[in-house]
Amino acid sequence: MSWLHLLILAPFIFAIFVPFIYKKLNQRIHTGWFVLFIPLFLFIYLLTFIPKTSSGNTHIATLPWLPAYDINFTIYMDGLSLLFALIIAGIGALVVLYSIYYMSKHREALHNFYVYLLMFMGAMLGLVFSDNIFVLYVFWELTSVSSFLLIAYWYQREKSRYGAQKSMLITIFGGLAMLAGFIMLSMIADTYSVRTLISAETLNTNTLFIPAMILILIGAFTKSAQFPFSIWLPDAMEAPTPISAYLHSATMVKAGIYLVARLTPVFGGEAVWFWLVSGIGLITLLYGSVNAVRQTDPKALLAYSTISQLGLIMSLLGMGSGALYFGYGDESFVYAVAIFAAIFHLLNHATFKGSLFMVVGIIDHETGTRDIRKLGGLMHLMPITFTITVIGGFAMAGLPPFNGFLSKEMFFTAVLNTAEKSIFNLDTLGFLFPIIAWVASVFTFIYSMILVFKTFRRKQNFVRVDKEVHEAPIGMLLSPIILGILVVALFFFPNVASKYLLTPAWESVLPTLAGDLSVKISPWHGFNAELMMTIGVVVLGTVMYRFLKKWYGLYDYYPDSLTINHFYNLGLQSLETISEKTTNRYMTGFIRDYLVYIFAFIIVVVGGALWKYGGVTIDHPTDADVNIYEAGIIVAMVISAVTVLFSNSRITSVIAVGALGFLVSFLFVLFRAPDLALTQLVVETVTTVLFLLCFYHLPELRKEMSRIPFKITNALISIGVGAIVTIVALSANGTRLFDSISTYYEDSYKLAGAQNIVNAILVDFRGVDTMLEILVLTMAGLGVYTLIKLKSERRGKDEGAE
Amino acid sequence: MKEPNDIIIRSVAKVAVVIIFTFAINLFISGHHYPGGGFIGGLAFASAVILLFLTFDIETVRKNIPLDFKVVAAIGVLIAVLTGVGSLLFDVPFLSQSFGYFNLPVFGKTELATAVLFDIGVALAVIGTALTIIMSIGDDR
Repeated sequence: MSWLHLLILAPFIFAIFVPFIYKKLNQRIHTGWFVLFIPLFLFIYLLTFIPKTSSGNTHIATLPWLPAYDINFTIYMDGLSLLFALIIAGIGALVVLYSIYYMSKHREALHNFYVYLLMFMGAMLGLVFSDNIFVLYVFWELTSVSSFLLIAYWYQREKSRYGAQKSMLITIFGGLAMLAGFIMLSMIADTYSVRTLISAETLNTNTLFIPAMILILIGAFTKSAQFPFSIWLPDAMEAPTPISAYLHSATMVKAGIYLVARLTPVFGGEAVWFWLVSGIGLITLLYGSVNAVRQTDPKALLAYSTISQLGLIMSLLGMGSGALYFGYGDESFVYAVAIFAAIFHLLNHATFKGSLFMVVGIIDHETGTRDIRKLGGLMHLMPITFTITVIGGFAMAGLPPFNGFLSKEMFFTAVLNTAEKSIFNLDTLGFLFPIIAWVASVFTFIYSMILVFKTFRRKQNFVRVDKEVHEAPIGMLLSPIILGILVVALFFFPNVASKYLLTPAWESVLPTLAGDLSVKISPWHGFNAELMMTIGVVVLGTVMYRFLKKWYGLYDYYPDSLTINHFYNLGLQSLETISEKTTNRYMTGFIRDYLVYIFAFIIVVVGGALWKYGGVTIDHPTDADVNIYEAGIIVAMVISAVTVLFSNSRITSVIAVGALGFLVSFLFVLFRAPDLALTQLVVETVTTVLFLLCFYHLPELRKEMSRIPFKITNALISIGVGAIVTIVALSANGTRLFDSISTYYEDSYKLAGAQNIVNAILVDFRGVDTMLEILVLTMAGLGVYTLIKLKSERRGKDEGAE
Repeated sequence: MKEPNDIIIRSVAKVAVVIIFTFAINLFISGHHYPGGGFIGGLAFASAVILLFLTFDIETVRKNIPLDFKVVAAIGVLIAVLTGVGSLLFDVPFLSQSFGYFNLPVFGKTELATAVLFDIGVALAVIGTALTIIMSIGDDR
């Protein structure tokens, strides 16, 4: 176990202590101050790896987990994962600092908040560092779960629960699709390791290659809120603002981007990948920016803006994947720059969008409203907040001197280059790329201006009675100020970031071109097409912003019944009604019916399998003879079994069943299996007691006066089950598919220091089985407890109502 | 709920329970080399407590053994999982067990195995689950 493993697990481990810290110390010190150490420490520690990755090296640390299944917790650190990890830890630290002032320590359930937050942080770090695709998948779903918990943080609100459910359904659906894709991919390449996948050759000839790609892309698209899965992100804004800033703009929604970037060497150069990633990306870009303009809640505006910016990054990754089509050469370099632009914009987006979310949180916190129509004139009241908003907003609009300008210019370069190319049928549809990009940029400009000017300029027209609106406390402003400084610094010194962070990440996305990738970012390229496009965006954007009222009504023409949200709600509703109807049809409430289903299923499946594969082989030449004791016990067993059938009272049946069980344990004694006999004895004792307890609740046993067909069905099923089980037991003994593995266990004293083989198997050789068994046992126990307590609670309530 | 007419079972139970407890602990410890182990030991232990339930009523037992058996089961599973995780600290696969021989003052040369820790988890989970179920069903009147 290396230090790196421990650091990824550090958030999880610390999360265990958070509730105790909250209980003991929260009255005096805000819990957030303790939590802050974790991301801060992680960030500083991760910084020490920069020299290593910037010189093109990678870092691998393996922790064997279940080596028998080839699942190991292998950490693979290269430029890309380090960049993501730094964003996760860095923004994480700032968000925790901000939350200390945003979340009141007196009113909020802070222990829940920080436990979920730390859980997310650990999961996200695990995701970007995992080399094993299944470990990656586990962390991926864990981020979905923690996001669900954080969106539903104010679970008393109905909208929070709705948003949480929506995000959960959509992202978990995508996650499962991705899992299927991963399984296919591992079948094609015969490996679970991302590193090996990247260097594997000629995967694309396999028939499963395209299905695997599409399934994995569904996972990435749902997570990164790409069209049409984007609908969960606006509803996720019900989460507390620090969470929106952290999960839903800077980190979690970038997991899909990470995955696409990570797998670009595997899938890149394929036409399907190119069109899906860049096409969906561009559609999302346009969809997000057009919808952002109509929002009246600045958080919703930022949510749509995030969707659109994620689309931008995604489309850049798609365009850049063309580089792998050409192998090596100048031709591929033109495409490769798009990948660099994607990584650069990813970093820029994390900085400016993070600061904007925090600013919106400040406005909400200070004025008590998040309605743009009610806000206005805050510039004089909150000058620092206004300054940060201008920096963030102008960066988002792609204006100099802010980092967004640089990556926006590179984006325009990429779309212009792509439009000129002729691979993948680009000569027919390629002209759409710059057009969509440009139109979306105009809308991006408009909503950025709405955010900046509608909230801060105009006359002050909101009413806040209970307190005076003033600037936020310095602690709350600190995080957005740091991000704002980064926004400006990245504009003036982009090549520093490029050298140490972006180029290493770029090289890990395109490993075949590594070593020759270099780019010089500069804000001034002369009067070229990109600059003209930006000037056009500013001019048209300003005009449209001035006359917003004139054309704003056009949005109302779009019918509500055609929105994706409408389809989602409709789908959810009909899913509920249909499943309710189906379930009611077979869930009759009679245990007997359920037993009929279960046993009929066993007969059909097991019997069918036996018949189809010819598994019935009853052949016992080597069996020992049945001696007198065994025969006697068998006869006694038959007698007690038949007694159950014909007994008139329940107590007789219970005792007869108990006798049957004890007789079985005698058989074990005869066959010299003391462990089994002991277990069977004790289990039988406990079950008999259990029976007697249940017996108390059961009604008097009456002679059933049921119809003949009913009885025949029952008889058929019971005889069928008996026959099948007997055949299986006999055939199992008569069939040898491979040599016995029991010789391995004979060395148990040497291997496990145990003379009792049975126990050595239980706790050592097959310990995982035992662990899962006791887990299942415990869950079953809790299930019984819940069912009974729930029932008696409801009964108590009914009695209270009477 | 019980009629006072069960003097025999009460007297017997008082002695028998101690014997069963001892036997259960013996079963648990001897599991490494002889028949027994966490599962059987745990179940035997649970059956002793169940005998107490049957003889005296649940309320009396609960007052004298003030344990939440759901928590016992959870602690058991946690111990089992943590011993598995613990092996990761020594750079060996999840749930690797180890053993060694030590010279202890009273017992002489004794074998100590990490499997026992895992087995404690198993035993606690079994005891907790069995008693949770029995108590829930027995309580529901």
